[in-house]
Amino acid sequence: MAEDPTWGHGWRTACCLVALTLCGLCNGVRAREAQPLVADPEMQARVMAIAAELRCLVCQNETLAASQSALALDLRKQIEQQLTRGASAQQVRDYMVERYGQFVLYRPALHASTVLLWFGPFALLAGVLVGGWRMLRRSAQAAPEVALSDAEHERARRLLRAAAGPR
Amino acid sequence: MIPEFGHFALILALAMALVQSAAGFARGRHAAAWIALAQPAARAQCLLVAIAFGALVHAFVQNDFSVLYVAQHSNSMLPTVYRVTAVWGGHEGSILLWVLILAGWTLAVSIFSQQQDDATVARVLGVMGLISCGFLLFTLLTSNPFARLLPAAADGQDLTPLLQDPGMVIHPPMLYMGYVGFVVAFAFAVAALIDGRLDASWARWSRPWTTVAWCFLTCGIALGSFWAYYELGWGGWWFWDPVENASLMPWLAGTALMHSLAVTEKRGAFRNWTALLAIVAFALSLLGTFLVRSGVLSSVHAFASDPKRGVFILAFLALVVGGSLALFAWRAPKVGRGAGFDPVSRESMLLANNLLLLVACAAVMLGTLYPLIIDALGLGKLSVGPPYFEAVFVPIMAPALFLMGVGPLARWRRAGLGDLARRLRWALGVSALSAVIAPLALGRWTPLIGFGLMLATWIASTCLVNLASRIRAHPAPGWRARFAAQSGSYYGMLVAHFGVAVFIVGATIVGGYAVERDVRMAPGDTLTLGAYVVRFDGVREQRGPNYVAARGTLDITRNGQPLTVLSPERRLYTASNTPMTETAIYRHFTRDLYVSLGEPLGPNAWSLRVYYKPFVGWIWGGCLLMALGGLLAVLDRRYRALRHTAAAPRPVPLPGDDSIALGLPAVKAARR
Amino acid sequence: MKRTTLPLLVFGVLVAFMAAGLTLRPTEVPSPLVGKAAPPFTLPLLGAPGRTLSASDLRGKVWLLNVWASWCVACRLEHPTVLDAAKSGAVPIYGLNYKDKPADALRWLGRFGDPYVASLSDVDGLVGIDFGVYGVPETFVIDKAGVVRHKVIGPLTPETLRDTVMPLVRRLDG
Repeated sequence: MAEDPTWGHGWRTACCLVALTLCGLCNGVRAREAQPLVADPEMQARVMAIAAELRCLVCQNETLAASQSALALDLRKQIEQQLTRGASAQQVRDYMVERYGQFVLYRPALHASTVLLWFGPFALLAGVLVGGWRMLRRSAQAAPEVALSDAEHERARRLLRAAAGPR
Repeated sequence: MIPEFGHFALILALAMALVQSAAGFARGRHAAAWIALAQPAARAQCLLVAIAFGALVHAFVQNDFSVLYVAQHSNSMLPTVYRVTAVWGGHEGSILLWVLILAGWTLAVSIFSQQQDDATVARVLGVMGLISCGFLLFTLLTSNPFARLLPAAADGQDLTPLLQDPGMVIHPPMLYMGYVGFVVAFAFAVAALIDGRLDASWARWSRPWTTVAWCFLTCGIALGSFWAYYELGWGGWWFWDPVENASLMPWLAGTALMHSLAVTEKRGAFRNWTALLAIVAFALSLLGTFLVRSGVLSSVHAFASDPKRGVFILAFLALVVGGSLALFAWRAPKVGRGAGFDPVSRESMLLANNLLLLVACAAVMLGTLYPLIIDALGLGKLSVGPPYFEAVFVPIMAPALFLMGVGPLARWRRAGLGDLARRLRWALGVSALSAVIAPLALGRWTPLIGFGLMLATWIASTCLVNLASRIRAHPAPGWRARFAAQSGSYYGMLVAHFGVAVFIVGATIVGGYAVERDVRMAPGDTLTLGAYVVRFDGVREQRGPNYVAARGTLDITRNGQPLTVLSPERRLYTASNTPMTETAIYRHFTRDLYVSLGEPLGPNAWSLRVYYKPFVGWIWGGCLLMALGGLLAVLDRRYRALRHTAAAPRPVPLPGDDSIALGLPAVKAARR
Repeated sequence: MKRTTLPLLVFGVLVAFMAAGLTLRPTEVPSPLVGKAAPPFTLPLLGAPGRTLSASDLRGKVWLLNVWASWCVACRLEHPTVLDAAKSGAVPIYGLNYKDKPADALRWLGRFGDPYVASLSDVDGLVGIDFGVYGVPETFVIDKAGVVRHKVIGPLTPETLRDTVMPLVRRLDG
């Protein structure tokens, strides 16, 4: 039979429309991929990366990223606005420090007062290793070199075998 | 009435502790009579403290809200198991738990020290008695859990919902068993310093006690981390919180102490150093108690602070630690030098291990106390958090972890560097290879991940090399005999070291490859995480014994195969009107799928946080292996053999007892 | 002998610091703004949203900025003290109504009294962030040149008012 393109096309379109309407009416049929909570996940990741090293001032034992307090939400919004305006991570940190002081940084900035904090452990390590090395050298010198004679070697071997016991 | 009995029992316990202390330090004509009192006093003290603790538990279980502490931490709707847990949910009760566990360790020392002479045991019990006196006084004077609330409250203020969890049942007791357990090593060391008998036999007696305490502390810390992971909802497992650090510091010192005791026992070397470590480990336990309860550091774990308590604990800490360090300063120089050893030898490697562990411990202490130091000096307020600790702790521990592979292979006294290098060639090659291949196989490569996996493979493969060379070199016929000939100590070391490797694998992989997704989902929506598909099936209301919850249902499938259904909740505890999230975790050997229910967003959608955490279970699995290793070491047959030879004189190992190093069984005490 | 006394000495230093630590308050965050110019702001007035007030309008006099909100329980505690201070007329007090609904705020003032020359409506809390506000209530003392001189964290007590704030105000007034 001769194909009537106009009629066949219209019939197909009508079927598609009906099918789509039916689909729209049945919620359960539609299985959507979950949408990210925020509009811009990449920006959110940048905000969280900065917020993870800042201290929440209200719940003082949480990072700004983890805290659910109202101030934390406000400050995270501020960070996002600043980043959108083109600020760098360091500028955002400076903004926070200007308002809340050094307390807000979980990674203490390097000042004269924090030199001991940042370099102390490594200086201690160096000092302790040097001291330990010197102690080792002294200990080695103190212990006299004792060479065993062949007879003593044999006696040692016998004793050790005896200590292994009947097996 | 019963709370008053409990209170009275505590006062009597204090009296017993005083007698116990006096017995330990008796001198002169009547010394023997006093010494004979030490053990009975110790046992009586334990019984009385147990009665007091029982009275408090009774008050909680019976909902006696006329006791102030019960009214503050319990509630009539609280399930019974959490009523018992609430006993140690606040400051007063947890200090009573401390006292109970201290009394328990005292009892254990008095029971398991039959081989020692009475005077020595009395001395050790005397030192422990002094510590008990201090804590009992602290409890009775500043932290009385039996204080009454009159008129009685109609109902209690409820246990903090965060603590209403199985983890809370077991984490504090385990932790305290570890913290307090270091008092035994401390008492042994102080007693030995007083008597001037810091020798290998002292080390031999101290070692199992220290190891058991260390096992408990390892389990306690691992449990705390595990609990925080599933309870707090942000998927992290360590936050470098001041109280967490306060438990890590004694653990590091305790690990150093265990290794140092091995040297002192076998070679008679490091005697002063080991005694100092024993004092330091317990001092750090006490310091932890101070930091948590005094309010000097702000922490999520901190109990409500009271300046009076802070002053008491600090004074006690100053007295106990200052006194023992003064004793050390006075007596230690009189102790002679131990056997010498070469710059390359097992002793020197263990010394390096000790030094590195202690520097790491000092770094953690510096970071934890720095805000306080800066504030006290008037230089402002700053915070020291995870970025600092991670930057400092990892580089210091890395060499120690590397040496962990070399040390067990080195001989005592003198080891050949060339010989060691030859034996470790294979292990080094495998580690370098894994550093490159494994990260690429898992997805991506970063220096940190490569380094972590390299260290873990290094430790694991050196364990295997060690075991292989031991078994091959053993003279006994047949594999079974050779394996059976190795000591519990040896297997303990292998298992514990292997546990460290497992831990590093877990920490590295979960740090490098975890995926977090914050999504909004309506019923029917799905989320794809690699091969896993998570389908959200809506939220229902659910009622619990003392809460109302919104319970979500999530269906997890993989490649079309259904795996499980997860039910995260958002609870509201009715008594305190506190909200809380209960995460739902699908655990597996190689990965966790972790879901946390967020906020309702409109009529049909909810915000959800889904994590994919690969190998996170290996973190705690590794810790368990470490504790298992310690247990194996304590079960070594030489400790059991010694118990059977009750009449034998105190064993003195020959200097240079190489029997352990050569894989032969430890020479039994009876042979001496 | 000297080497074995080292641990004792180190411990002594630690104890000294910890004893000092018992007198400190680790959760209080001092303001980095003290000694610096107050952040500029322009906010609508509470109750008269058409009019605004800027920091520059307040140059030339010493004034107090009291951060408050109708949802803040501790503000009720300090309110009598603030009312007394306002009544004495020694220093003008301006309110910063932080993250509050103007209707609620006005109702609160009507119920408990209005000590403020004017209250500024900071609905989104941005000016609060600029001032480093992390809890409510807080009070700032600002001098004639617009420099922040002192910050009171927490409720203003009669003792703090009498012993710290008023003497400072008198000194700044000249």
